[in-house]
Amino acid sequence: MIKIKSNIAISDTGFIFNPSNGESFSANPIGIEFFNLIKQGKPQDKIFENMLEKYNTDKNTLEKDYSDFVQTLNQFQLLDQDAEKKA
Amino acid sequence: MEKQRYERPVIKMLESNMPNKFGLRTEYKPKTHIDNVAVKDLINEYSSPLFVISEKTIRSTYKNAKKSFTTRYPKVQFAWSYKTNYLSAICNIFHQEGSWAEVVSGFEYDKAIKNGVDGKKIIFNGPDKNEKDLTKAIKNDSLIHIDHLDELYTIIELSEKLNKKPKVAIRVNMDTGIYPMWDRFGFNYENGQAWDALNKIMRSKKLELVGLHTHIGTFMLSPQAYGTAAFKLADLAIGIQKKYDHEIKYIDMGGGFASKNTLKGSYLPGVDTSPSFDDFAETITSALINSDFKPDKLPLLILETGRALIDDAGYLLGTVISNKRLSDGKRTTIIDVGVNILFTSFWYDHKVTPAQSFTQYTEDTVLYGPLCMNIDVIRENASLPLLNKGDHVVIHHVGAYNMTQWMQFITLRPKVVMIDMDGKTHIIRENENINSITDFEKVPEYLKKFEL
Repeated sequence: MIKIKSNIAISDTGFIFNPSNGESFSANPIGIEFFNLIKQGKPQDKIFENMLEKYNTDKNTLEKDYSDFVQTLNQFQLLDQDAEKKA
Repeated sequence: MEKQRYERPVIKMLESNMPNKFGLRTEYKPKTHIDNVAVKDLINEYSSPLFVISEKTIRSTYKNAKKSFTTRYPKVQFAWSYKTNYLSAICNIFHQEGSWAEVVSGFEYDKAIKNGVDGKKIIFNGPDKNEKDLTKAIKNDSLIHIDHLDELYTIIELSEKLNKKPKVAIRVNMDTGIYPMWDRFGFNYENGQAWDALNKIMRSKKLELVGLHTHIGTFMLSPQAYGTAAFKLADLAIGIQKKYDHEIKYIDMGGGFASKNTLKGSYLPGVDTSPSFDDFAETITSALINSDFKPDKLPLLILETGRALIDDAGYLLGTVISNKRLSDGKRTTIIDVGVNILFTSFWYDHKVTPAQSFTQYTEDTVLYGPLCMNIDVIRENASLPLLNKGDHVVIHHVGAYNMTQWMQFITLRPKVVMIDMDGKTHIIRENENINSITDFEKVPEYLKKFEL
């Protein structure tokens, strides 16, 4: 299960702050939605369902973009590695 | 409820240090139309990638350039530089506007004749003119610009053989204060080579010396260098007048004016830094008018401007194939435009604009072409709006050199269409197909069959 570190904060406008190393990030509106859905612990299928209801896109595009987004979160050290190991 | 527009998710690290090599965002508006024709419609009708030429831009750029010179100097003649773009439709627009032809090979010479240009109005430049080419040019009374002594002696021999007095000029290279100095073509001014060649021409009495030519460099960002060149050519012309009582009919300043493209490594974009036609015209005409020419004996001023007249009129439309990431997480986008058709991407950071609306979010992106070759990079770093597979992009200022230096490599060359003055589109060069390549091949009989 992919989990965002519990101490990472995100604002409504997509400003993301990591208090453990002081790094900050910004996300676009779709990025904010993905981020929040992951943060809420929603499984991948549910995330896609939510997005497909709301946006004019398809599942293949979502799957590709989701995996790219998660990889970027991982690269920026925003994911809880322990949670992944436990899962 | 209508669904909202989807954009791919993006998260960027915020950095407060110096700007990186990707620079700042440059694209604020999509380029949805070219001369009121929708980019989407052009791609739907003619496929992607696609070169698009704006006739309106060619004619207005030409008029602008001509005005800059004719308002400052009494006798001005442009000669269209065939090597810059020799698609016949484009050459003919320039010929309709009054341009002569400037060619640098037998092939280009034949093309100008085929386009209907009077031989007397063809300027024949370049280091490689064989006897056959020169014979043709002498018979047609073309203006032959001599590049080296071997050519000079060949022309003298041919003049005897053909019993005709060829019209010639010499190409002069010189120090104009710029680096690199172009001294591989023609005869040098400073070390006396130019005078040596002029003396040989005048003493032979077989040739008619009609002009002096120079071409000081390419993508020149310093107009002053042209002033120095014009001054030196005027000095030679006045010297010939004094020494041989012979009047030079024209001074040909060549080409090399910069376009609005941005050279790789430049700090500022070309649109902000490239000199205008007025800047070049002011320097060149001032040098000639202030020289020792008598006011009523000013020679014709010939300009072989290519790039600056056609670059802005050319667009290359492409389509996004995929978005990827490199091993370090760097965003890359692959488009269907490769360096084989966009040769100038080796020199310029071409302006690339999405052809559909986008949000204010951007990503630092490496823009790759479709070739399975590591060199196929269209932009090494660009801060681009978020593009999706199938989105269209417009690459700007591609009118010069791409449609002559392009090559068939891995993919086939695409169509070139022109939007005319009324907004109608015309195919001015068809796309290649497999036969365009295989028709020129020959397979020996014993190699025609094999079993696997």
